[in-house]
Amino acid sequence: MGLWLFLFSELILFGGMFIIYAVYRFMHAGEFRLAAAELDPFIGTINTMILLTSSLTVAMSITAIQQGRKYLSMVLVSSTLVLGLVFLVNKYFEWSHKISIGIYPQSPELMNKPQGEILYFGLYYVMTGLHAIHVIIGMAVLGFMLVFIAKGSVNRESFVKLEAGALYWHLVDIIWIFLFPLFYLIH
Amino acid sequence: MTQHEEDHKQHRVPYGEYILVWFGLLALTCLTVALAGIELGRWVIITALIIASVKSLLVLNVFMHLKYEDRMFRIFALVALVTFIIFISLTFFDYAFH
Repeated sequence: MGLWLFLFSELILFGGMFIIYAVYRFMHAGEFRLAAAELDPFIGTINTMILLTSSLTVAMSITAIQQGRKYLSMVLVSSTLVLGLVFLVNKYFEWSHKISIGIYPQSPELMNKPQGEILYFGLYYVMTGLHAIHVIIGMAVLGFMLVFIAKGSVNRESFVKLEAGALYWHLVDIIWIFLFPLFYLIH
Repeated sequence: MTQHEEDHKQHRVPYGEYILVWFGLLALTCLTVALAGIELGRWVIITALIIASVKSLLVLNVFMHLKYEDRMFRIFALVALVTFIIFISLTFFDYAFH
């Protein structure tokens, strides 16, 4: 229950930013579309599938621990971590590409563009950045879970911690489910 | 073991169900991308949001177990969601009539 309350607070955090996005997009529809063309929908789609798969693996890790299959559970949690890492690596490539062509907050290149595009990229960096921080936190939490499973303090009798970690991870996935079409699929 | 953990031991979601949902999520992702390519004009954003909502409901209900939890949790989640929708609506209402 406590964790669900925390998730609701995260919802408000990201929700607030989605609202800002909505209003600015409403105000600068054309420029948002122009700016979105800089993003690569292919990488975005791959990243979406990566996070969806990582949610699958962490969900299955709970069934595994319920069955007492400690090794399988650890393999599944590790897979989740690997997938999370791949996601972050992709984001790194995306960001560094944009930065290399001069598009980053306050860059001269960006400041010369129309207001709508400046807002779009500002939102892009803040929202995907905050999301990436949450991915890192989620990975740290799951990393701890992996150790707990190994040591036996998370086991078939007591696995609430793992469930909590998994819930947090699913939230991170859901946030991306919304970020993806709103930033990558504006045509 | 807490009461909550006791109740939990009852429902174990089979791997197959998780995998089925996962396929559904991947399919919906492909659908979203495909629809973004067609000329839907102003409808593209609402269809994208509807599909994203369906995906979220799948993740919430199955991956996050909400379907199997106490009704209390589902009510809380619904209240949170409705609150958020009210925030968005009021914002747009305010913006549109200012």
